[in-house]
Amino acid sequence: MSISMVKESMSFNTRKLLLKGNEASVYGALLAGCECFFGYPITPASEIANTSAEFFPKLNRTFLQAESEIAAINMVFGASAAGHRALTASSGLGISLKQEGVSYIATCELPAVIIDVMRGGPGLGNIGPEQSDYNQVVKGGGHGSYKCVVLAPNSPQEMCDFTFKAFDLADKYRTPVYVLTDGVVGQMLESVSLPDPIGKKPLPEWALAGTAETRRNMITSIYLDYDDLESVNLKLQAKYAEIMRNEQRYEAYMVDDAELIMVGYGIISRLIRSAVDTLRSEGRKVGMLRPKSLFPFPVDALRRLVGNADSFLCVEMSNGQMIDDVRLAIECSKPVRLLNRMGGNVPSLEEITGKCGEILK
Amino acid sequence: MSVNETVKFGRSKGFFETFDRRPGPIKKNMHYCPGCGHGILHKLIAEALIDLGMRDKMIVISPVGCAVFAYYYFDCGGISVPHGRAPAVATGMIRANPDSFVISYQGDGDLGAIGLNNFLQAANRGENMTVCFVNNGIYGMTSGQMAPTTLVGQKTATSPYGRSATNEGYPLKVAEMVAALESPIYVERVALTSTKNIRAARTALRKGLTYMREKRGFSLIEFLAACPVNLKKNASEADDWIENNMIPYFPLGRFKDVASDRSPIERPEPVFDKEKVVEALFPADSGLDWRKKEAKLRKELRIKCAGFGGQGVLSLGLMIAEMGQSRDINVSWLPSYGPEMRGGTANCSVVLSNNEIGSPIVKETNLLITMNQPSMDKFLPDLLPKGLLLYDRTNIERPDTDRRTYSVEAGRIAIELGNPKCANSAIMGAFAACLRGIEQVNYEEAFEEAIRKTFAKKANLVNLNIEAFRKGKESVKIENVN
Amino acid sequence: MSGATEEKFRVEIISDECKGCLRCVNACPREVIVPTDQVNMMGVVYVEYADEGCIGCGACFYACPEPGAITVYEKKK
Repeated sequence: MSISMVKESMSFNTRKLLLKGNEASVYGALLAGCECFFGYPITPASEIANTSAEFFPKLNRTFLQAESEIAAINMVFGASAAGHRALTASSGLGISLKQEGVSYIATCELPAVIIDVMRGGPGLGNIGPEQSDYNQVVKGGGHGSYKCVVLAPNSPQEMCDFTFKAFDLADKYRTPVYVLTDGVVGQMLESVSLPDPIGKKPLPEWALAGTAETRRNMITSIYLDYDDLESVNLKLQAKYAEIMRNEQRYEAYMVDDAELIMVGYGIISRLIRSAVDTLRSEGRKVGMLRPKSLFPFPVDALRRLVGNADSFLCVEMSNGQMIDDVRLAIECSKPVRLLNRMGGNVPSLEEITGKCGEILK
Repeated sequence: MSVNETVKFGRSKGFFETFDRRPGPIKKNMHYCPGCGHGILHKLIAEALIDLGMRDKMIVISPVGCAVFAYYYFDCGGISVPHGRAPAVATGMIRANPDSFVISYQGDGDLGAIGLNNFLQAANRGENMTVCFVNNGIYGMTSGQMAPTTLVGQKTATSPYGRSATNEGYPLKVAEMVAALESPIYVERVALTSTKNIRAARTALRKGLTYMREKRGFSLIEFLAACPVNLKKNASEADDWIENNMIPYFPLGRFKDVASDRSPIERPEPVFDKEKVVEALFPADSGLDWRKKEAKLRKELRIKCAGFGGQGVLSLGLMIAEMGQSRDINVSWLPSYGPEMRGGTANCSVVLSNNEIGSPIVKETNLLITMNQPSMDKFLPDLLPKGLLLYDRTNIERPDTDRRTYSVEAGRIAIELGNPKCANSAIMGAFAACLRGIEQVNYEEAFEEAIRKTFAKKANLVNLNIEAFRKGKESVKIENVN
Repeated sequence: MSGATEEKFRVEIISDECKGCLRCVNACPREVIVPTDQVNMMGVVYVEYADEGCIGCGACFYACPEPGAITVYEKKK
């Protein structure tokens, strides 16, 4: 069948593919015009490298298995400096290794997309799902006062869509953007509708494009003069404030009359949603606020809920890292409790509904 | 300059006319200490950029170390990068834009210590770049600490009693090491000391850059260079020290030059044409038209498939998911991943639902399919009271349970069909029969479509698995109807 | 000084760009670059051309680590 017939009979975005979350993110990247993938395999993110290895060469785009996570992020740094969309992916300890490079990219104000499919930590930990990279991803993570935009998908569909979106945000704000999820979302397979591909974008004017016009471009993050470096920092902070104003993303579910608001992202948000349904069927007034962006954290939405809700419950697969942001968002005006599991364990529906029952008693 | 004169040797156009990027009042000089070898090399590079016509396409990567400000000076693209990572950054740049040229300018700490792996790996990939390696045997920027190339016995801030072969090992011979690799095309060690040596260095640099212009691959030029300040010598003494102490250990010369044997590296243009992208990502035969057939489940099915790794339980789950997808049922599939897959038990969770699926993790199970005894023992307790059990009778004892139970000799069917790997299709046949009982809808056609799709790339296996599926469907046995 | 003779080459040293490392002095095969007893704006004792004897070999230029401190001129025919 010719392509035009495919397009005619079933247009691209009315067809669905069954994809793992990790695979879907690569589709999202390629459809967003990403030209380069550089990465180092790590469970549970390896399918991102595998899928990239399959599809990038088919489109004459670059797939390169780097010698380390450190090399991979620096290759992204180089490709981005050259003005091209580039992607890397890792998990936990691999993200730790990338942090120096991310700090450089953020300071040089270059776009980049990094996917983190979180696994169990600390140390070598295990390959089970966790959410314990929250602090190192959402709070900057490397040295210096920088932040990255962080999107938090909870399904293969969103792995595709958020990765696609991440490239636009990275270009718009000239900043690294993380797609942060957990091993369950990375590994699970669901039906995914694909967005339309975008064409080749013109090279940005700041790129080191290897042309006469761009010859005098330079990219650096060293400023020996204290005032110069302070200016750079202030410029970055102004940008983060703008991102905070413009890019808060969330999903609110049954929050309007909720006495208890549960907050969770990634796979947890799907469990919370089921818990809300279960509890609502028993007449309990619970709801969910699910951050879809972790930086910027949806503080405005949380603040709006403070009036009605009596308390909040954070459900996390970590020692409780996001809970600090919830407390700050509502300025500790209501009790914020934590239900958490670690080590690769995912809280069960019963644990969540049980905890809600205790709180609402 | 008078009208009857021409410049024979003078400031290169490869440098900015004034160094406006350099803070402070001095705009014509570089920041290097008096007599420093970096300045000599910078002049050779600037000159070559013009003479070889490479300036517009060139990006010089500034390392961490004394040359961190190289981008103040060269009138070409400049970027400063993390310590030791210049070859990785260079790789990203030239892979993204194979028409640009990159000089990875690195010192002995940057290249030989913190960045050795990135350097060696880029060399071993044969990246089209030129590495200018300045080996002065000492750390300059941090004021005189030991380098990987510091000589045995040499005193530095961090080897105050002299470098010891038993404590720090012998100095790293970078050129020799790289020349031993297959991929690099050109490796030479030169010295920025006497006029004769500087001329040889100039020739070597131009050779490396010319090869890069021809896209022939990876060149390393190691420059032995003086760091008079940290050696606590004047320039003349520092040169003498290099010639009398370094060169005997780091001999000058061409270690490798195989560029003429190598074809230029070609990298085709990336494809952005929308139809071609769609074709690559979404082949015409990759999906069934989901809008044609729809089915409604009576309730959400939360299924666990479990067995021995290698029995195909994960693909069993995938085929069930494909079946649901083809009927526009919401599906999710989640494998147990990681080491337990390799040689141990494997399991996957499959959820089929008309509604948005909450958790894809199946704990409390409606439908349990087990293919070996350990999985039966492990997962049977999670089967809900009204749940349904289906197991492979070939290798599992009849369980003591009051759950609705079915069995099939999936393993035996597969062996009789001559391929034990199709046991999963056999048990799926039994599953289809069970599902017909539960749902009052015949999904068998959809299951067969799922098999055809799963084995689309292995056409010889399609009929085998269809046959296993049908035999399984026909021979399912009711063990316990609850 | 034999200023009357036709010198084919001439070296010009910008004293304020000289860091006084003496590489050019050591490199010159004709020993026509010499230290001065003067200090430049950077505070270093700089060198100068002896005003004659340059053979245009460029050794001083390539030995000098500064981009433009030394220029070697050639008289047009």
